[in-house]
Amino acid sequence: AMAELEEGDISAQLNDYEELKRLCLQIKRDRNPSVIVFIGTCTTEIIKMDLEGLAPKLEAEIGIPIVTARANGLDYAFTQGEDTVLAAMAHKCPDKAPVMEAEKEERNAISKLLNFGRKKEDVAAEQSEYVDHTPLVLFGSLPDPVVTNLTLELKKQGIKVSGWLPSKRYTELPVLEEGYYVSGVNPFLSRTATTLMRRRKCKLIGAPFPIGPDGTRAWIEKICSVFGIEPKGLEEREAQIWENLEDYIKLIRGKSVFFMGDNLLEISLARFLIRCGMTCPEIGIPYMDKRYQAAELALLEKTCKQMGVPTPRIVEKPDNYNQIQRINDLKPDLVITGMAHANPLEARGINTKWSVEFTFAQIHGFTNARDILELATRPLRRNNNLKELGWEKLVKEEAKI
Amino acid sequence: MKLAYWMYAGPAHIGTLRIASSFKNVHAIMHAPLGDDYFNVMRSMLERERDFTPVTASIVDRHVLARGSQEKVVDNITRKDAEENPDLIVLTPTCTSSILQEDLQNFVDRAQLEAKGDVLLADVNHYRANELQAADRTLHQIVQYYIEKARKQGNLPEGKTEKPSVNIIGISTLGFHNQHDCTELKRLMGDLGIEVNEVIPEGASVKNLKNLPRAWFNLVPYREIGLLAGRYLEAEFGMPCVDITPMGVVETARCIRKIQQVINAQGADVDYEEFINEQTLYVSQAAWFSRSIDCQNLTGKKAVVFGDNTHAAAMTKILAREMGIHVVWAGTYCKYDADWFREQVSEYCDEVIVSEDNGAIGDAIARVEPAAIFGTQMEHHVGKRLDIPCGVIAAPIHIQNFPLGYKPFMGYEGTNQIADLVYNSFTLGMEDHLLEIFGGHDTKEVIHKGISADSDLSWNKEAQAELNKVPGFVRGKVKRNTEKFARDRGFSEITLEVMYAAKEAVGA
Repeated sequence: AMAELEEGDISAQLNDYEELKRLCLQIKRDRNPSVIVFIGTCTTEIIKMDLEGLAPKLEAEIGIPIVTARANGLDYAFTQGEDTVLAAMAHKCPDKAPVMEAEKEERNAISKLLNFGRKKEDVAAEQSEYVDHTPLVLFGSLPDPVVTNLTLELKKQGIKVSGWLPSKRYTELPVLEEGYYVSGVNPFLSRTATTLMRRRKCKLIGAPFPIGPDGTRAWIEKICSVFGIEPKGLEEREAQIWENLEDYIKLIRGKSVFFMGDNLLEISLARFLIRCGMTCPEIGIPYMDKRYQAAELALLEKTCKQMGVPTPRIVEKPDNYNQIQRINDLKPDLVITGMAHANPLEARGINTKWSVEFTFAQIHGFTNARDILELATRPLRRNNNLKELGWEKLVKEEAKI
Repeated sequence: MKLAYWMYAGPAHIGTLRIASSFKNVHAIMHAPLGDDYFNVMRSMLERERDFTPVTASIVDRHVLARGSQEKVVDNITRKDAEENPDLIVLTPTCTSSILQEDLQNFVDRAQLEAKGDVLLADVNHYRANELQAADRTLHQIVQYYIEKARKQGNLPEGKTEKPSVNIIGISTLGFHNQHDCTELKRLMGDLGIEVNEVIPEGASVKNLKNLPRAWFNLVPYREIGLLAGRYLEAEFGMPCVDITPMGVVETARCIRKIQQVINAQGADVDYEEFINEQTLYVSQAAWFSRSIDCQNLTGKKAVVFGDNTHAAAMTKILAREMGIHVVWAGTYCKYDADWFREQVSEYCDEVIVSEDNGAIGDAIARVEPAAIFGTQMEHHVGKRLDIPCGVIAAPIHIQNFPLGYKPFMGYEGTNQIADLVYNSFTLGMEDHLLEIFGGHDTKEVIHKGISADSDLSWNKEAQAELNKVPGFVRGKVKRNTEKFARDRGFSEITLEVMYAAKEAVGA
């Protein structure tokens, strides 16, 4: 919900702490959540409301944990909001406290009960499926099925995922001990990565992101290499996936794609689409963390070389107006863009795919590679269906922009 | 602070942007942080606009916070002026810029020195006005600016048009069925022999605003937007302002009679009674509908109404006065104009509710258990939860409420549309009851669908749980594909691995 600031709040006639307390108590009464997340906005930044300072006091008083994330439009774009929230959550993850041990025992007791009737060897066998390695925690918010899927992918290599930030419930946040390995599944989580390294003393596995079969393979390989595991059957698996994608790839091979840039997934998606045989003149991106995305950038470069296409121009914080001029000049076959530009571009005969869909669709892992192409080829398939109708440009005079 | 999950009216700058982007060749520049330009998304998506929305942002970021906007706003205005040659650029403050308290007027003055077009600062305060109030004010501000400009330059046209004529004021982008209402109103004026002088702001050019005084009178169909401009023109030029919303048979007649009165007072000699009679009896079906057996069945049925002032008031009167429906309560979220609403509807409903709190409205609906709701998309959701049908009559609305087909709410065709909306809402409700009494459409239990009937496959617990997470509408397909895959390969148990392998194999 929104704690809507009123004029009295701005001019400090009302007391921030009292106001927040009143609303938090109301939320506690109505919903009884296990955590409240304060999202700092532009306004709270400007009036310098000390949310980080207020939270611990309030937390103590009302008895619900409060996580503060400053996800405002002054500093961040879109998916970076998730980054600030996860970075704040990373502080709240338990380090292996004795309390947790006891709880673990208890859980084991329960699982023992659940395992009742199963042979002891089975349980032991389950354990031995994994290689003995330093615990690995993955970070990035993904839909449940994708979490299960990626966890299983690593299990095939004998790697056990000890936890996932975020977890389904706040109360189940993973244990983060000094020396644990962490790996990000999304390209926009640089703050979270930094927090995990600097504050929680975890070791970051910098890998390309598991988007597309090439990315997924590179991601698993990198994790395996850190743990000294020889990856099994990945090459065949990747080849198999590519083979199954052929019907979609046929549609886009040799075509060009232009990313206007708004969700930070652009580098990974471009790398995958170039591997599919597309060319890419420009990747717009709101913010480029060259260190966190280093492995992904390297893979992009390598992919371009292998496919014999020029490396895309990466434009950080693009100017949309100028981009549209470039789109008019380049006439790309596909523009991946926000909804503000999609309809106007379509009306001018340029195929678009709405970028936000990539944020909410399941695009990670081997299994979901097809879903990315399902999205990317949809405008092309649609236009193939409508090809004979003869109305492509639906604006009267050539618009000025 | 107040806790809000849903809001009925948007922030002030949305109202200003709605007005600015309704005009032709007017550009708005928002003084706003990154992301506040989601207005463009709303317009592009809801209105299915073919053109780029003429709104850009002069971004407020950390640097601006530290040092002020300095040259940035001025540069952005002059850049846009050069790029697109708009007639007018409206600098639009947001909640963020209201508290930065920069001297935006100074930026506007400086930019005006360089810009070829006109530059204005929208005079709206985020903390004191909502979307609707801001839209009303901005329209007034722009009209006033161009009238005064013409007056200064001495090219304000003299006199009235030869034949009776009207300005239609308040049609705007993202307004509820505004485009269709506008067409219907123009047609109505045509039928009445009245020329349409100007329609503002939708599709109008600011260059033509100086012609506004040539009309014989102004028609302001919506209570929320246009009244300030109408009153201003009344005060400046003595132009009568007809502010009766022609929605419903009775109100449309009242509006036409008022028009007759104001133009006859200026020397026209018209009698519209014949026209009203003809339209009411034979063009609009609504009068006949209220006599028909269908409508008889609605007598005394309970309904609640909630929306903006214009639509909630008009609907309440239509339901109570024209269809004999029992309106238990009628409500508005236009708190700032609540007195008007009370005065309009209090004789047609048992109770009047004025609230911006969606939770309170939901509770009020649950309390009276009406047979139908007429409200916004938010009441539509409440209706879904409570299993009560809802006809949407006002913003907030989503893309379904921007129909491609002709669906005015105003004028005589509007009365037909409303009658359909009301009747369809209620019959659905009745059908539901009948279904309940007779236990549903198909009382035989379906045991199996398709090939799963002879399934000898077992799903292990994890796979079953995973299957249950698949959205319902594709679950059947995923299940069938997976089982087919498993059978083809001779698996007898379906595990998570089998499920994913199946997905990869067939792209299910």
